[in-house]
Formats: sequence, C-alpha cells, structure tokens
Amino acid sequence: MDDLYREIIIEHYKNPSYRGHLDPHDIQFADNNPLCGDHIEITLQVSEDGKVSDARFDGHGCAISQASADLLIESIIGKPLDEVKALKKDHILELLGIDLGPVRLKCALLSLKVLKAGVYGLGEASDELVE
Amino acid sequence: MTLNVSQIRSQFPILQRETANGVPLVYLDSTATSQKPLAVIEAMNDFYRRSNANIHRGVHTLAEEATALYEEARKKIAKFVNAPDARQVIFTRNTTESINLVAYTWARANLKEGDLAILTEMEHHSNLVPWHILQAERGIRLEFIPVKDDFTLDLETYRSLLDQGPKLVSFTHMSNVLGTINPVDEMIRLAHDVGAVTVIDGAQSVPHFSVDVQALDVDFLAFSAHKMCGPTGIGALYGKTSLLEKMPPFLGGGDMIKEVKLRSFRANTIPAKFEAGTPAIAEAVGFGAAADYLLSVGMDAIAIHEHQITEYALDRLEEIPGVKLFGPTADKKGGVAAFSLDGVHPHDVAQILDRDGVAVRAGHHCAQPLHEKFGLPATSRASFYLYNTKGEVDKLVDGIYKVKKYFA
Repeated sequence: MDDLYREIIIEHYKNPSYRGHLDPHDIQFADNNPLCGDHIEITLQVSEDGKVSDARFDGHGCAISQASADLLIESIIGKPLDEVKALKKDHILELLGIDLGPVRLKCALLSLKVLKAGVYGLGEASDELVE
Repeated sequence: MTLNVSQIRSQFPILQRETANGVPLVYLDSTATSQKPLAVIEAMNDFYRRSNANIHRGVHTLAEEATALYEEARKKIAKFVNAPDARQVIFTRNTTESINLVAYTWARANLKEGDLAILTEMEHHSNLVPWHILQAERGIRLEFIPVKDDFTLDLETYRSLLDQGPKLVSFTHMSNVLGTINPVDEMIRLAHDVGAVTVIDGAQSVPHFSVDVQALDVDFLAFSAHKMCGPTGIGALYGKTSLLEKMPPFLGGGDMIKEVKLRSFRANTIPAKFEAGTPAIAEAVGFGAAADYLLSVGMDAIAIHEHQITEYALDRLEEIPGVKLFGPTADKKGGVAAFSLDGVHPHDVAQILDRDGVAVRAGHHCAQPLHEKFGLPATSRASFYLYNTKGEVDKLVDGIYKVKKYFA
C-alpha cells in the first residue's frame, strides 16, 4: 500500500492519543464534513498566559480525518493560541506527510477548520479558515 | 434473455481504459452516474459537427434541423416511458430540477398552509429539500412513510397517513441507497383514492427497468438522462396534460411565452411553457440516443442481468466477515449494494478499492436522514448496470478483503 495509508495514519486512526472530551473546557466546537458525514469535536483548555494547556478531539470519520485530528491536537498542546490561530493547510499536510487530492483534502482539513472556528468563536467551520 | 455483456462493454469507450494505477477500470458507481455508449457520444458529436443551431423560430436549414432533432428527442423520451403525448415530456436539467418544477409551480398554486404532503424516509435530498423549502414558505405539513427494519416501506402507516387527506404524495420508485423497489402501483392507487397528486422520483428506476407512466397512472415522473447512459445536464419531467396545462410557468424568459408586452406576458402552451431560454439541445439529442440505445438492448434483459449480478454480489458480500449489507433481499431491490465494514470508514474502503481500479461511492449518498435512521454516518455503495459482470463483483470482494487486511 502506498503513501496515502502510511503506517502513521493507520496507527493514529486505530490508537489515537488525544481522543476524548475535556470538561471543563475553555473552547469547544464541532462541525461536519457534509461530503461524507465525518464529524469532529474539539475541546481546549487555555492557560492564563494564552497557551493551549490541553486539548482533545472526538468524532467519527475516515482514517485520514481522524488521524489528522489526532496529529493536530498533539501539535498544538503547549502552543500559544495566537500560533494556533495562524495554522493553515500546510501544517496538516506536513503532519500527514502525504499529498492528497481535492476530496480527501477535505477530510484531512476538517479538524483544523473546526479548531480554528472554535478559537475564533465562529459559528461554522469554513474552507477560508485554512486556505 | 441474456445480455451479450462483452459486446455491450465494447460499446462503452470508457470501459476500455485503465485507472491511474494501470489496472482495468471496474466501474461500480452507475447509481451516481452511468457511463455512455458510443451511440450517445456520437449523436452529440454529430449534432455539433452538422446540425448545431438554436431551436425554434429560426427558418434556416440548421435551425430547422436542430429543432427537428430536439423535438424528435422528446418523442423518444415519451416513448421510453410510454407517455401518450410527447408534449407531456418537459426537458429539465435533471431529476432534481424536475421535482423542483413541480414544487415551484404545481405545489405553489395548489398547496396552502396546513395542507399535507407525504414523503418517505428513504428519499434522496432532491425529494426532501424542495418540500422543506415549501414548508418554510407556505406552512405545509410533511409526514414520512417510515422504512421498516427489512428496508421496505411501512405501508400500514402509509394507509393511516392517507386518512389525513394529503394533497400530495411524492416518493422514490427505487432507493438510491437501499435499492428497495417500492410498490408504486399500489401506492399511487391508494393516493388517488384520497384525491392526492402523485410524484415519482424515477432517477433510479427509469434507467434500469421498464417504467410505464400510463400503466402506473402516475401524475408526475421525474428522471435524469445521465443515469441512463445519456449526458449530464438534461432530465425530464413527465406530467399529466390536465395538470401541466393548469400549472403556472416555471422560469420566465424566451420560448416559454406566446406574447410579451412591456408590462405583461402570455405563457406558451406545454411543454414550451416550462422550458424558458435556450435548452440543452445537444444533450437532448444525446438523451434521445440513450433511450434508443437502451430499448435496442431491451429493458427487460437489462433488468434480468442486473438482478443476477445483484444476487451474486449480495451473496458474495455477505460471506465477508465484518460486512453488513444495508438493504432488502435481492428479490425486493435493484442493482445497488450498500454496505458497511466493521472498523473501517467507507471513505477508506472506497480509497483502497480504487487502488485496484474498483470505483464505488462512499458517503451518505444524498440520503442523510436515511443513514441517521440506521445509525450510520455513511456507507460504501457498489451499483450495477448493463455493462457489469460477475468478474467485477469478484474484484470488489477481493478488494474488500485487502481493506480488511490493511486495517486488521
């Protein structure tokens, strides 16, 4: 099997480290990918100095969307919220280390869109957030 | 009657190609859109090479030819569904637009606040959202015939809903996910007994078996060309003359008028009344060619072939541990096999199958409420048409075993 299902993706899909729901949390947001019904919820705790002190994702979807979410959460814990706000598509592609076609890209980017809609306090996870 | 499938396959240029990985294409996604035979491709090509002109009102040779070809296509589609008169066939963009046409014209002229429309839980979004819009605008009431655990409609509930005096009953002939073929004869008869108007979404039925609007006595039938070997961008709405003639026009513009003054217009007669602007002329020609093609193969032979493939596919899929089929038994369904695989998302199933050239669809197939009902966010769906073979089903099954190994 080629790159798209690299072991790292299957591993994060089958055994995610950050699946769950934080309660209490400072930021919570959830949205769907209308294409395939993938669903991601993200909860964050933010420390007084404006850093992500802890984070979790929950939801269901394909290996790409769920592995991306797990890798994304791992990458933002300890980061200043301002840095999280600036994350774009490239960040996810670097984490996954693969090229994706337009359809699967939507799966991969869902968690980042949900995360950014959450930190910006928006009502909807839109494509513009990550382009 | 058996189909000569290898001969049929040779008539579809796309089936000769390989996918990105250099393996032959195994196209199991005809429920989304069918492939096109040479007869259709060449009819459209010829139109642009020889006869292209705008239709109606032109008097030059090409305009005459193009108009004749366009109207001939209408006759072919009328014949295909046994409409008594070609004027009862309105060209639209697709099934979705056909249903919307009924919702925007007939329904807005005839339904008022509190009026009941009956739909089913197995509808495609195209037979849900137009009615949601009307509900928001008019305050009509929507009720849904439930889907039972055996994936067929609950006709008991349908009968009791009919007691509430619906004005409209609109439902799919064949579910695009479950494959369930609904007992439309009986459902239409029962609806007519209480004076309701009936709409059938024929997107999945008209391409796959013989649908006769006179025998069904249906009031409106919506279907698309692209699912029946024709081009995208064109579909049809069949309607009873008495209804069509009383309906207000749909879109306003050229062709749909008899006369226009600065401050008023008089609508044209049917079918032009519903066909504003330059239509998809080459596509209509292709649509007609597709109908001719399917009739030349034989709709009964196609239906038998699909049934055999479906039966075989369901048997083979059922053998695979972790595969759950989503639909009724083969005797109650058309050529669709929707399934889930334990622990693997349908997107991943579809993606890994694609490595072996096997094209299936993954997602909610524009039937989100149906998936919600059965607690599934999405399914994988293989679907079959006249050009598919049992060998292709075997490739699908081999591919699913590969998926399992990968995610084991």
